[in-house]
Amino acid sequence: MAGPNAMTMSLITRRRRLDVLFAFVGALLVVLCLGVLALLVGDLVRDASTRFEWSFFTNYPSRKPEQAGIKSPLVGTILVMLVTACTAIPLGVAAGVYLEEYARKNWFTNIIEINIANLAGVPSIIWGLMALGIFIYQFESWFGSPNDTTSGLGRSVLTAGLTLGLLVLPIIIVATRESIRAIPQGIREASFACGASRLETVRYHVLPYSLPGVLTGCIIAMSRAIGETAPLVTIGALSYVAFLPPLPGSPIKDMDGVVTGHAGLFDWLHSGFTVLPIQMFNWVSRPDTRFLANAAAAGLLLLAVTLVMNGVAIILRNRMRRSIQW
Amino acid sequence: MSHAASSTMTGRTASGRRSGSLTQPRVRWGEKLGESLLFLAAASSVIITVGIVGILLYESGAFFRHVPLKDFLTQREWTPLFADAKFGILPLVAGTLVTTTIALLVAVPVGTIVSVWLSEYAPRRVREWVKPALELLSAVPTVVYGYFALLLVIPALQWLLAKFFSYDLAGSNMLGAGLVMGIMIVPYVASLSEDAMRAVPQSLREGAYAMGATRLQTAWKVVFPASISGVTAAYILAISRALGETMVVAIAAGNRPTLTANPLEPAQTITAFIVQVSLGDLPHDSIGYQSIFAAGLTLMLMTLVFNIAGFYLRRRFREAY
Repeated sequence: MAGPNAMTMSLITRRRRLDVLFAFVGALLVVLCLGVLALLVGDLVRDASTRFEWSFFTNYPSRKPEQAGIKSPLVGTILVMLVTACTAIPLGVAAGVYLEEYARKNWFTNIIEINIANLAGVPSIIWGLMALGIFIYQFESWFGSPNDTTSGLGRSVLTAGLTLGLLVLPIIIVATRESIRAIPQGIREASFACGASRLETVRYHVLPYSLPGVLTGCIIAMSRAIGETAPLVTIGALSYVAFLPPLPGSPIKDMDGVVTGHAGLFDWLHSGFTVLPIQMFNWVSRPDTRFLANAAAAGLLLLAVTLVMNGVAIILRNRMRRSIQW
Repeated sequence: MSHAASSTMTGRTASGRRSGSLTQPRVRWGEKLGESLLFLAAASSVIITVGIVGILLYESGAFFRHVPLKDFLTQREWTPLFADAKFGILPLVAGTLVTTTIALLVAVPVGTIVSVWLSEYAPRRVREWVKPALELLSAVPTVVYGYFALLLVIPALQWLLAKFFSYDLAGSNMLGAGLVMGIMIVPYVASLSEDAMRAVPQSLREGAYAMGATRLQTAWKVVFPASISGVTAAYILAISRALGETMVVAIAAGNRPTLTANPLEPAQTITAFIVQVSLGDLPHDSIGYQSIFAAGLTLMLMTLVFNIAGFYLRRRFREAY
């Protein structure tokens, strides 16, 4: 009997060893992945170290690498994000509320749901093609008259913001729905019992309780939009911008510097633009390697902003999980 | 409709004038309007899809009026912007598939092992910290990953290959781009697979442990097969991400359409081609302009094929509890 027993024992020992080995391999891989993130940050910090100066933020891009700055891309990013937020957040939250609180189970609702899941998987470059084909060229041919060719949305802040807004829409819809679904039915019934209508229930109960979840989704969506490069290349973001979009009310000068008028409230929407990731891409792909320090500095700023936004979203999510117990 | 308005209405009813019948509900226009607006928001997603598919088909249609479908699918050269233009999509498809394969060779094993470890091995506190930290890895803008691939990973590969194989690696190639894409996708695979594994009922694990299985045996022979549907979904998402990834390959893969399966060579993917063309100033209605839509349509169809395959695989292997 000693033989088989010993065999069983050695089998068990081997299995145990494999188990411990896997625990080690798994932990190692996790550490490696996080190590890559650290390496990425370290690499950028090292390469960007020569550009840690205030003028980097206040200078326009330039042909001279040591004078080039990110004034126009930084302003461009902020303005584009403003349009993106104004498009994606109201539309996404409204769609999420409709699907959770109003939609009856029918074929059209089904289509919408499948459709949103599919939209989330559409490659970002395809969104760029859509914007180029529809917002820029089709709008021009639909709404433009022969003597006015500017009636398309053009290669503008508005086009960029709308494109990114639609791109991140599914993220906000999904986050809104998940967050609304977590609210117990009893809350709604209590509200109805007090005589509130459906819209009032949404306005005074459903939305406030789902706010932290919705906010998390919005932050994640915005952080995704900030780093998005490909669709903006497609719609023709400029790579060298030495001007800022016109501030509402600022004087417009002609070539001789004579004031000919004042910028309207929304003129900045139609201005050409560049954003941080585009500027970084431009600096990376230049043959002159002296621009790489600029690319690294822009990348570092971009990375810092996205990591902070995601960090805030994670903390918000954890807080919510701890503080709300239905 | 606000509270104040509804109380006024009640007042009128009480005073007898303008009394509404109690059996006939009053039409609340505010409610109707609110619901319609919300419905429009939800329906906008369908309009967007129609827009995307429509414009791809429309511009591709114009493209295929100039280029026979047979040439598009069988020619071995892709030079749409040259005077002697050739329109064979195969080099771009090859570039896309090679970089995607490399990315998956990194992301699937690493992602799966990490997800098993997180779900079955890691203590709760560790998991709560590690999972969000890994998700940060997927939040890094892709253009930053492109920089990383071009200026850190590829030089490291060049050094390694020169030292051990005396191979002179090009300064941009599919291997480097694919590896970085793989790292980028690991969090997607890990996070989604881990969700699927954690959804496996505890009783299955307890059954396995009761039979004397180790954690490793439980993980691979019970939990993993039970979660295969969700894990497949994670892999499909990884494939979609890799196929559609643009900036990493546009920066680091070489941007030269080459029909090759050798990852050490530079090549161009579908996405990188679209970026390259967009950077120049192509007139609307030119064949070059239409070619990016044909390329985009090809990319969409490839993504669709993998998604449909994934859908059937999941149905085939789904285990329900």
